[in-house]
Amino acid sequence: MKQFWKQMLRNPGGMIGLVILSVAILIALVGPSIFPNSPWRMVQRPFLPPFTLSTVPLGTDALGRDVFAGVIYGARVSLLVGLVSTLVALIVGVPLGALAGYFGGRVDDALMRFTEFFQTIPSFALAIVLVAILQPSIYSIVAAIGIVSWPPVARLVRAEVLSLRTREYVQAAIVTGQSNSWIIWREILPNALSPVIVLASLMVATAILLESSLSFLGLGDPNLISWGYMVGAGRTVIRQAWWITVFPGLAILLSVLAMNLVGEGLNDALNPRLARDGR
Amino acid sequence: MTATPAVSIRNLKIALPEGAERLHAVNGISIDLIPGEIVCVVGESGSGKSMCAHALMGLLPDSVTTETGEILLEGKDLLKLDEDGWRDVRGRRIAMVFQEPMTALNPLMRIGEQMMEMFEAHGLLTPKARRARALALAREVGLPDPERIVRAYPHQLSGGQRQRAMIAMALALEPAVLVADEPTTALDVTTQAQILKLIRELQRRRNMAVMFITHDFGVVADIADRVVVLRHGQVVEEGSATEVLTRPQHAYTKALLAAVPSMHPPVRAPLDGRDKAVEVIGLDKTYVTSGGWFRPDRKVQAANEVSFAILKGETLGLVGESGSGKSSVARLVMRLIEADRGTVRIGDVDLTKLEGRALRAQRHRIQMIFQDPFASLNPRRKVGNIISDGPIAHGTEPKAAMQRARDLLGMVGLDAGAMERYPHEFSGGQRQRIGIARALALDPEIIVADEAVSALDVSVQAQVLALLEDLKARLGLSMLFITHDLRVAAQICDRIAVMQRGVIVELKPTAQLFASPEHPYTRELLAAVPGQSASPQAA
Repeated sequence: MKQFWKQMLRNPGGMIGLVILSVAILIALVGPSIFPNSPWRMVQRPFLPPFTLSTVPLGTDALGRDVFAGVIYGARVSLLVGLVSTLVALIVGVPLGALAGYFGGRVDDALMRFTEFFQTIPSFALAIVLVAILQPSIYSIVAAIGIVSWPPVARLVRAEVLSLRTREYVQAAIVTGQSNSWIIWREILPNALSPVIVLASLMVATAILLESSLSFLGLGDPNLISWGYMVGAGRTVIRQAWWITVFPGLAILLSVLAMNLVGEGLNDALNPRLARDGR
Repeated sequence: MTATPAVSIRNLKIALPEGAERLHAVNGISIDLIPGEIVCVVGESGSGKSMCAHALMGLLPDSVTTETGEILLEGKDLLKLDEDGWRDVRGRRIAMVFQEPMTALNPLMRIGEQMMEMFEAHGLLTPKARRARALALAREVGLPDPERIVRAYPHQLSGGQRQRAMIAMALALEPAVLVADEPTTALDVTTQAQILKLIRELQRRRNMAVMFITHDFGVVADIADRVVVLRHGQVVEEGSATEVLTRPQHAYTKALLAAVPSMHPPVRAPLDGRDKAVEVIGLDKTYVTSGGWFRPDRKVQAANEVSFAILKGETLGLVGESGSGKSSVARLVMRLIEADRGTVRIGDVDLTKLEGRALRAQRHRIQMIFQDPFASLNPRRKVGNIISDGPIAHGTEPKAAMQRARDLLGMVGLDAGAMERYPHEFSGGQRQRIGIARALALDPEIIVADEAVSALDVSVQAQVLALLEDLKARLGLSMLFITHDLRVAAQICDRIAVMQRGVIVELKPTAQLFASPEHPYTRELLAAVPGQSASPQAA
């Protein structure tokens, strides 16, 4: 663990990502209680440019709503959707991949064909269809993103398990009479965790983008403001009022960039042999 | 001895990066390589012998730095060369043969092209002349059917043929010095004997200076003119081969030589009239690799009608070369892989008939010690858990299992503090002891040891063998001991079964097998064991 932090600290990109991410999470947690103005309330005249009034520092949108409040409240939705849908994808993908890799043969064939079934459908199209059928709400969005993003997890876990299950310590566990579930959970999965953590951190970034895209198309939760919804709502007036789209867009850019940097940093810290100059 | 050296290493001192286990990889080493002479650099793992070889080729890793010393080749100091200067020297003046011929050859290039590359890299000869030279080289190193083999890819060659091809490449530009880094360690004994002979012949014919790195005193006895013994990066002894092998001066050399197992099996108490601990009847196993639509399936018979029995308290050795199916037999007996046919009977239980829970309940009766001490322990579990997991799975109280694990660690010669530590904090020999403790934790009747000491240095190997022998006698265990090393087998086995291509060709009491081998393959194996002729001490 100490070694891990040492590696992580040595990677400037990862540290920058971690700082941005911490700020974003802090805003999502305490922002709404510090700025209690509802982002839906009309507070000023429409199309007020940014940096003119100190009460609405980032200006107002077409209906006179506070853009700053929108960015603050949007952080909650975007990060929540990103984290929870990744969790859903892991809950589905890790066990499927582990079972396929460990048992092999027919089980592997069946599970992998099932996985391929999801991989052959363009993920964004499937997400749109799912949200449209289930009615847009925060739950259907999380479910849709989870459903389209678990196949890579299953694939990765399967590959890891395939290589780990032939290790001698796994064979030793079989020989000492351990049950299959014990071997998978205690012997194999802990050793397959590093690449999964790295993949998960990158998946959070993808999930944030997916949620933004869905909201942009008007498929977001109508009761919750999100960055994607703000960009979508402001796009028709982007020439007159650039700030309505640019500030939430920047928020998306920064948080996705931060997740990617953290993912890179984790990769270097958890797989030090790949990171250091090989010789 | 008065001849001028082709290369001389003077007072070489290479510093390891901070935090390594010692300050210097090699500390003040001086070695002269004289034309027409083979110098064996011997030492255990971590002695710095490979670092010497790499320094000589300018292949040191970036993380180490050369502090002092010089490597003189015709009066020039190689350590002062830049990358361009090194390129001129490598291959042309000094060439190297690596340990693992499969990874040292480019798998996507034909053998002949790789040989021709040697000339191409130095801008020598025309393509046509290069081709002719490659063919001549293939012939010189004794590759069969040279015309065909220069057009083959590395995977189509056997291990020994690949090493011959590597040697041919090393010799292509007629270097004055050949550096061989454990060139026969990855090979079977019979192939090893051939490669050693080849290196010896070529070296005589071309009057080369050879630096031969090895850990095996048998090999030293067969090939060396002069021996340099390394320990912790320092030369502890240097002298002519006969001198060092028959009259070692330094205590460390003496200890190393004493640790080499003898080819003479000790007298063992007869075991007649005992009950059978395990009986194996007619095991068959064929691996089938699908060839696809247009090619027939590839079939490898790993076990063919393998039958043997191990008496209570007996050690049965299973020896053979790689690919003979000995490891497959171990895994068949353990039910780690399923047999196509055949029976494994422990007492009155037929292990091959059991499934699921019933099989798991019987597994504790037969336990395994694995080959690789670094891969056989889960890196994320503490040693105490690794040992006690098995008994807990079989229903022992966790507290009692932990206490038992503590006792077992004592029994294999580790202290109880090891319980709370992770496997990576231990050396290879210590890890193998932990593996043994894990196997013993379930109070087995039979232990299957699959190359259990092959990955260890000789001195550690001797300790682990002694431990196994002692535990076996104390606990009344039976053992199936799988090894490729006939010396080890001679020391520990009551009877030995010799395997070739999935078949047991000869099964006899150890002393009889060594005294009067019947099967031609057994005779071939026995003759190929290195270091039998040169000196009685090493043999």
